[in-house]
Amino acid sequence: MKILPLALGVAVIGALLPAQPVVAADANAIDAERAARWKTVAEYIFGDRKIEPTETLIKLDAPERAPDAALMPVTLTMPEKHAIRSVYLVIDDNPSPFAAHVTFGPAADPGALQLRVRVDSYTNVHAVAETKDGRLFGTVAFVKASGGCSAPVEASDEEAMKGMGEMRMKFTGGAAPGKPVEATLMIRHPNFNGMQMNQLTRNYTPARYIDKLSVSHGDSKIFDLEADISLSTNPVITFSFVPDGNGPVKVVATDTKNGRWEQSFDTPLTTN
Amino acid sequence: MSKLPSKPASIAPVTRRQALIGSFCLCCTPTSAGAARLALTEVGPDIFVRTGVHEEATLANGGGIANVAAIVGRDGVLVTDAGGSLADGEWLRAEIRKRTDKPIRYLLITHVHPDHAFGAAAFAGDQPTIIGHHALPAALAARGEFYRKHLAQILGPDRAGPVVYPTEAVKDGMEIDLGGRVIRLMAHGKAHTDCDLSMLDVATGLLFPADLLFVDRVPSVDGSLRGWLSEAEKLKQLGASRAVPGHGPAIVDFAPAMADLTRYLAVLRDETRAAIAANLSIADAGRTIAQTERSRWALFDDYNARNVVAAYRELEWE
Repeated sequence: MKILPLALGVAVIGALLPAQPVVAADANAIDAERAARWKTVAEYIFGDRKIEPTETLIKLDAPERAPDAALMPVTLTMPEKHAIRSVYLVIDDNPSPFAAHVTFGPAADPGALQLRVRVDSYTNVHAVAETKDGRLFGTVAFVKASGGCSAPVEASDEEAMKGMGEMRMKFTGGAAPGKPVEATLMIRHPNFNGMQMNQLTRNYTPARYIDKLSVSHGDSKIFDLEADISLSTNPVITFSFVPDGNGPVKVVATDTKNGRWEQSFDTPLTTN
Repeated sequence: MSKLPSKPASIAPVTRRQALIGSFCLCCTPTSAGAARLALTEVGPDIFVRTGVHEEATLANGGGIANVAAIVGRDGVLVTDAGGSLADGEWLRAEIRKRTDKPIRYLLITHVHPDHAFGAAAFAGDQPTIIGHHALPAALAARGEFYRKHLAQILGPDRAGPVVYPTEAVKDGMEIDLGGRVIRLMAHGKAHTDCDLSMLDVATGLLFPADLLFVDRVPSVDGSLRGWLSEAEKLKQLGASRAVPGHGPAIVDFAPAMADLTRYLAVLRDETRAAIAANLSIADAGRTIAQTERSRWALFDDYNARNVVAAYRELEWE
């Protein structure tokens, strides 16, 4: 996985980001800048792989104006779910635009995925689906939100780190073998991204965020997630899987400071 | 409507209907920077209030969207808050000077939000004791510059004003004597924000809950939903019958106004808990929670969805 280095990301933003609020008269120039930004970002993440536009393979639902820039819900919908191998979420103007890459396993129902992200400034958000034959298809939404990356997590770092690694999982609806079940995974973690200032010491809290999640059902993978600085504090991920009655859902999470947490959850099938 | 200064010292209660009609009229009335300046109303003996408009800060309203007040005692004046921008604070100072020559000794910054904090610089020449909650400096440090830039984009850098820090911190409580007039300050736990300060004018029993009491304008939850409900109980125990809210009319009957506020907060809390239990996505929840309150508050659509996010964040790990 190529991740746009933080420092470079900031430099590129400094060069390209127009002053906000965006003035209508400059709309064309701004569109051109956003297109150029996406070209740079896409090259970092996807190399020279072509990204074809799509209105059917992946859909992106994000609020036009996010009420809270530190916690913006994003829903990805993949109607032709059996064709999908993985999905990427990219927030173009975040200091590190790569937000998440989710690779689905055999136990997944890759029809939909929800994440919560931080948004630093008015930006395009790209969702890119990788099909099983290795092609990339992308869609884009523009969101108005700002300040989400540097918004304080809690009054103190100690308070923010309370219960770090604790997980919960909620299942929606009853389950029958072979029928998809929606699950919401919650993980307690401050997900410090290096941009939050400690309100007491006036220093920036060092980055420490969940960078990998592995979720499986019995012996079968549901998904692997790779993430960078853009997932919100206390990450919440909603996904679907197809239970087969073989054991619990197991989650392994790691963070960038070698934290590792593991927890298993009984599925509705195993409890009913 | 007590926003209009036709009857100075008018303390007639307004019905919700009148209040809402009044606020909506203000919202649709084109106002120049000068005309947006409603005059000070004397709501009690030597207590002057200017009501804010139920809008976001704009060039036209000059950031004057929160209620501001001045209390005059024998020896000096206390100002709370100073206004939503340097320009707003300068207007307030000029209006105070039309009424009294006494020194402006104390300036309260009731919390970190820009509509309450940025007028402070207008009083620099008076060298007042600037009083804030003990958590205010940290909150200003974390957000002040972000707020300043945003305000400067709206008003221009000259009219926005710098971030001003308190010179005196209130840990739990504090008393100020303006000369025969004692003012009692209370520092609150996390509620509207994490640095809310309220004030009681002991002689008149008039309560200044600042933004712990919104009237007509939808409250914004930026501290703790549960905390706000419990701080509201503490304010009720003070037994005040009248209050100057942080937003809304210049003066209101405290109990019914606070009952309206806590009703909204309780609906937000209860419906958010139910949504979390039903595993409703936060995006869907933002469109459905507390909609029964929609017609009761100005700017509801601008703030309710954000309040829902705040409520989720606070309640989903209960």
